[in-house]
Amino acid sequence: MKKLLLLLVVMGLPIAAAASGGEGVKLDAVKIDLNDQASLQRGARIFVNYCLSCHSASFMRYNRMGHDLGISDELVKENLLFAADKVGDLMKAVMPKEDAKLWFGVAPPDLSLEARARTPEWIYTYLRSFYRDDKSPSGWNNTVFPHVAMPHVLFEWQGDQRAVFKTEHGMQELEKFELERPGTMTPEKYNEAMRDLTNFMVYLAEPAKLVRYKIGVYVSGYDNAQRRIRDDHARSA
Amino acid sequence: MQKLLTWIDDRFPLTKVWEEHLSKYYAPKNFNFWYYFGSLALLMLVMQIVTGIFLTMHYKPDTGLAFASVEYIMRDVDWGWLIRYMHSVGASFFFIVVYMHMFRGLLYGSYRNPRELVWLLGMVIFVALMAEAFMGYLLPWGNMSYWGAQVIISLFDAIPVIGQGLSEWIRGDFVVSDATLNRFFAFHVIAVPLILAALAFVHIVALHKVGSNNPDGVEIKKKKNANGLPLDGIPFHPYYTVKDIVGVTVFLMLFSAVIFFSPELGGWFLEHDNFTPANILQTPPEIVPLWYFTPFYSILRANTFAFFGIQAKLWGVIFMGLSIMLLFFLPWLDRSPVKSIRYRGWMYKSALAIFVMAFLVLGYLGTRPAAGPNLIIAQICTVLYFAFFFLMPWYTKRDKTKPVPERVT
Repeated sequence: MKKLLLLLVVMGLPIAAAASGGEGVKLDAVKIDLNDQASLQRGARIFVNYCLSCHSASFMRYNRMGHDLGISDELVKENLLFAADKVGDLMKAVMPKEDAKLWFGVAPPDLSLEARARTPEWIYTYLRSFYRDDKSPSGWNNTVFPHVAMPHVLFEWQGDQRAVFKTEHGMQELEKFELERPGTMTPEKYNEAMRDLTNFMVYLAEPAKLVRYKIGVYVSGYDNAQRRIRDDHARSA
Repeated sequence: MQKLLTWIDDRFPLTKVWEEHLSKYYAPKNFNFWYYFGSLALLMLVMQIVTGIFLTMHYKPDTGLAFASVEYIMRDVDWGWLIRYMHSVGASFFFIVVYMHMFRGLLYGSYRNPRELVWLLGMVIFVALMAEAFMGYLLPWGNMSYWGAQVIISLFDAIPVIGQGLSEWIRGDFVVSDATLNRFFAFHVIAVPLILAALAFVHIVALHKVGSNNPDGVEIKKKKNANGLPLDGIPFHPYYTVKDIVGVTVFLMLFSAVIFFSPELGGWFLEHDNFTPANILQTPPEIVPLWYFTPFYSILRANTFAFFGIQAKLWGVIFMGLSIMLLFFLPWLDRSPVKSIRYRGWMYKSALAIFVMAFLVLGYLGTRPAAGPNLIIAQICTVLYFAFFFLMPWYTKRDKTKPVPERVT
């Protein structure tokens, strides 16, 4: 049996070797916390005011979002319902798809599932990686998504960034961003806003996530087990 | 009550079936951990069928609606997300259970005489299960669903003369399309599940005819007491029904932990690229099947040489087919005088360890780009995979075995 184990370990080495090996762009970590309702609400406001002009979230309903995030139907109607008539409507973009295609060359993708199709880290880094580029049609470029068709919609908040590249092993790599003209938000404030937006998009991609963990704890019986251990302690004390 | 039972027994062999298959079915008393997976496989079959029925109530097999209908289940259908995760995680767990069940067969020689037919029926179930999973994977109509089906169906193109026509016949179109989605739906929800259920039934009937093997690989029917009952046997019910309930409980704890806390399992059970709708113009950066197919997918991609005037792609298809076909022949490739690994020598033990490692490495490499060192490692592992089967008649015969006890230990 020992020999067998040793053999397994030795043969496992090539997997470990093959497993190391990274991919292109470095993504920044982001703190996702779906229990932070205030953050989700702030994220929702940014999403509806800015993203929803061009992007749909066509698998999501306004009132479902309101219900999940603790926003009443009245408040949703007054503050968030620009692109639809009824609170039960799906969150469709204001801009018609045909126009978008004409203006940007591609129709902006539906963002309902973006956080699952990419990753939260990808979204968070992407939103903070726009830089001025005179060679691109929109005047903007992005290090996470090179030659992206979307201009930097939130540049008023973040300000204008310049990307400084370095060449290593013949590959161009981002060294750092330099803020050329500050925006209305400090970099810290902007990062926080983008964290809220990313947090909201994680919720948007899977609303069931709000309840999934909570039910999971009961189903798996962990809660029950903890209580029993506590009771046992109390009895033996 | 007794009267009712008599009434039924006069018309249907209820008591007879109950006794033959449960209360008087004598199974060896030394079953261990590895013997949980048969009953767990049956549990998964039932779970997939039941959750599948509920999914079918809301799912729409139409290229324009399929993706949105899955998201509708995830968001607007009460508890739809739970049913969907039970089904998608269930598919992966089904394969985990089935692979463990098959590995048990390799450990204890469960495929050997007189259980060849049990093994063959099990292998047909395995192939049917692969077809079921492959077709089910197209239904969410994500981008990986689409391109996965496109790649796998186009393998048939490699077959000379009839290949092109065959793959068009399978798809019902020149590319994967609405026709393909509809027929895969039909196969996934009716045809293959019916076959699976029937085969699982026959698999158990065949097993109960010859009796279960055990970790010692001894036939318990050889030693019987005065009443003609095997000395080393115990009735399946209540002894093994109770044991299996323990297995089911532990299994369900693991299963629900994944469902509730990590249903995507970091992209292993639900892939990132499948959260984008199918797009005929945009190929995912790396087209990979789910983990349970990746060992065979690796073998498919491993061969890069054309020889005997046959192109490399066709050899890949042949090797992949062969890698599954060879499993059918295990009962006749194994020439060892003993069944269980407990009494085999170092040769079989090493061969099995190398085989398992090769299988796992191939599985991992199937999820990575097939180039550079990855490709070379995959080629080595493919050779090792086939060596396990082709050299088996030789090393099992030569292997030094230990004496097998008369009774189970």
